[in-house]
Amino acid sequence: MKKKKDLWSFTVLPLYLFTLVFVVGPLIYMVALSFATNREGYGVDWHLTLENYRRIADPVYLDTFSQSLRLAFTSTLSIMLIGYPFGYFMAKLSSKWKSRVMMFLMLPFWINSLIRLYGWIVILQTKGVLNDILLRLGIIEDPLKMLYSYPSVLLGMIYTLLPFMILSVYSSAEKLDWSLVEAARDLGAGAVQAFFTVTLKMTLPGLLSGMILTFIPSMGLFFIADILGGNKIVLVGSLIQDQMTRGSNWPFAAALAVSLTVLTTLIIYLYRRITHTSELEGLY
Amino acid sequence: MSRNKSKLAGIYLGLVLAFIYLPIVCVVVYSFNEAKSTALWRGFSLQWYQALFQDPDIWEALKNSLVLGGLSCLAAAVIGTVGAVGLMKVKFRSKGVMEYIATLPIMIPEIILGMVFMAFFAVLSLPFGMVTLVIAHTAFCIPYILMMVKARMAGMDPALEEAAMDLGATPARTFFDVTLPLVMPAVLSGAMLAFAMSLDDVVISIFVNGPRLNTLPVKVYTQIKFGVTPEINALCTVMLAVTVLLLAIKRAIEKGGNVK
Repeated sequence: MKKKKDLWSFTVLPLYLFTLVFVVGPLIYMVALSFATNREGYGVDWHLTLENYRRIADPVYLDTFSQSLRLAFTSTLSIMLIGYPFGYFMAKLSSKWKSRVMMFLMLPFWINSLIRLYGWIVILQTKGVLNDILLRLGIIEDPLKMLYSYPSVLLGMIYTLLPFMILSVYSSAEKLDWSLVEAARDLGAGAVQAFFTVTLKMTLPGLLSGMILTFIPSMGLFFIADILGGNKIVLVGSLIQDQMTRGSNWPFAAALAVSLTVLTTLIIYLYRRITHTSELEGLY
Repeated sequence: MSRNKSKLAGIYLGLVLAFIYLPIVCVVVYSFNEAKSTALWRGFSLQWYQALFQDPDIWEALKNSLVLGGLSCLAAAVIGTVGAVGLMKVKFRSKGVMEYIATLPIMIPEIILGMVFMAFFAVLSLPFGMVTLVIAHTAFCIPYILMMVKARMAGMDPALEEAAMDLGATPARTFFDVTLPLVMPAVLSGAMLAFAMSLDDVVISIFVNGPRLNTLPVKVYTQIKFGVTPEINALCTVMLAVTVLLLAIKRAIEKGGNVK
């Protein structure tokens, strides 16, 4: 029997090996690289330095960071305002309608996000659908330039990340005991007061988890800024991609990536401390 | 009062869903438009599909994507399934940590994963191309299968395996005759999910695909940057149809799994 147990342990070997070599390895290499010195042209020198981290504080890059953070905050806030009521109302539907709405919500999730973003180009471009409609209705006389601007990138972010917020809030609101809300009302709380003291408090884990699931990607989704923003909007993600390809300063890209990872981990840690849970709500 | 309220809620849900579907509908509709560059409707036409199917680059990219999805899915299914079964059996102290690390590839932002893979493969001097793509995709496919199979194993009766072992079956025989058939539905639906994620990925692929090899999403990405063409509308519509088809197959598999 002992021998048989030993044989079982071989089964975890492929997983352990793959994970160590191709997940742990690259991540450790990223941290090491962030302390290396960039060589002019191509490659790195292993003179350890903090220069790459100091460079993030350069006005040009600091500006990118703050612009990216501002966009992330704005999109997270907008997504919250649109997504929270959706998740809340959805949880109040009959179970038949719940599964219908869920199906409609999940279907686009499976469709390549590039295709869905591309749809917005079809709509927003100068010779696009929206301009065509507005011109025909006589609302405008000349086509508007809507694409390749801050608002169009914001729209792309909201559009891509909204389902994450909805699913998080929904899974929280779904578990909510509505009799508590009724009890608050019976005890004399107004609808607004009952919402803020009971409903919002009980659905806070979902709301916070939705905010994390939208905030973190919105700093990295460089292709949204690329497709809908032209070259005008630069995210931390775009900066990393640029440094890896055209800029070819890999140590600096690694330092940016490490900073982003630390920021991400910190946010998730705070979430766990606040909500006393280990899993993000609605992730699976 | 309450009736009016739920009507308003319904309208709100409908509006947001319409917002979600609006761009998708536009792409599909305009893929059948005869006009080349404007949003003006000039009549129904299949010419862009014809142009699409005659473009050898598209076929090449599609072939690459399917090979990539198939290979990484298969590798992840084997590693993930065997690993998930193993994790239930062994009592290593490192178990929890390893499980956490194995799911990291879907937790950290894609851009960081793509970047670290690019740097790591370069230092290993692996040639960028199908090999690097398969490794990177396998890494983010494993978590899906691992999670699905683990969830299935948790609801399984361990007595079944013990009975087989008591009756003299070797661990290998027990695995193939008892464990594997039981977790198969989870493996298949995890693999389907992983395949869809592989077909969808553009961020990680862009970093590790190398200069000559295009996957379909990478091809779409580079084309979109040049602007709108009716061929892309048609291509997107075809990809959409494939996605819906895959979903239908997945549903059928899951239904089959439930019947058993």
